[in-house]
Amino acid sequence: MQGKMAIVGNAATITVFKAAGVDAFPVTDEKSARETLRRVARDYSVIFLTEDYAVKLKDFLKRFDEEAYPVVLPIPSGEDTGYGKEFLKSAMERALGVDILFND
Amino acid sequence: MTRGRLTHFLFYLNFKFIDKTMARLNVNPTRMELKKLKARLSTATRGHKLLKDKSDEMVRRFTVLLKEDKRLREEVEEGLSSALRQFAVAGALTPAYVQETAFSMPTVALQTECETQSIMGVDVPKIKLSESTEGSRLPYAYSEITSEADGSVEMVSALLPKLIRLAEVEKAVRLLADEIERNKRRVNALEYIMIPQLEETIKYIRDKLDENERASIVRLMKVKSVK
Repeated sequence: MQGKMAIVGNAATITVFKAAGVDAFPVTDEKSARETLRRVARDYSVIFLTEDYAVKLKDFLKRFDEEAYPVVLPIPSGEDTGYGKEFLKSAMERALGVDILFND
Repeated sequence: MTRGRLTHFLFYLNFKFIDKTMARLNVNPTRMELKKLKARLSTATRGHKLLKDKSDEMVRRFTVLLKEDKRLREEVEEGLSSALRQFAVAGALTPAYVQETAFSMPTVALQTECETQSIMGVDVPKIKLSESTEGSRLPYAYSEITSEADGSVEMVSALLPKLIRLAEVEKAVRLLADEIERNKRRVNALEYIMIPQLEETIKYIRDKLDENERASIVRLMKVKSVK
């Protein structure tokens, strides 16, 4: 199956991805991000989302966890939001019940 | 013991009693039922063992993926933040509209091969990057944009395979975590509800049947002695 890649997020981060060949969809606030994601999810199989929006849309993103595609990957967008660590922790807690990575 | 405490105690006893009888299935104590229940118990026990093995293997795979996810995320975070920093420098050196036009027509069309693979019955994505480049990698003339911008675009391009792999792994982690949770619930339901219930019922039917047998023997003996 052929798929396309897209990036959704703040304009500053996604321009450079656009130059590298990823279709870019700039968004300005939470609402437009949600709308854009819904639209993009239909046509694209891999969607990068900048972390600042991923944190805000956490609950909305759960709906993409049912199936293998589309894959929505939050990517770091400059400032550190701690999303990655948070995600790993919650997955670990749910599946294993113990912390095997961070030990703190 | 005060009256209140006594009733409470009695209530507790009663509750325990009800609780115990509740664990039993509502069936007739016949030989037929006993046979059926025994078959069900053996199926349940076998299923429990299989599910437990499945759970163990899933957890093993999950930990491997989790570690890879952490490693990749750290690498991506580092690479991307330096690329973005460089891009910000480039942005400061070039007027915004020049940059806008320069980047708006990418020459690289990225395509991905999207497959799924199964990890313990869970379908996880498997993505391969297939790139079709027309001419130069960079979508603009060198005169338009500073070398910082070139560098950052190159860096992001170089990061893409890693990003794709991270997308794959992270999705797999999400899907597996859900499946492990569900599987755990199934194992627990079998271990703490289904199997004890069946055992309890089988014991109850056996007792009942034995009781009936003893009763009939006693009756026979009585009949004989009366004669």
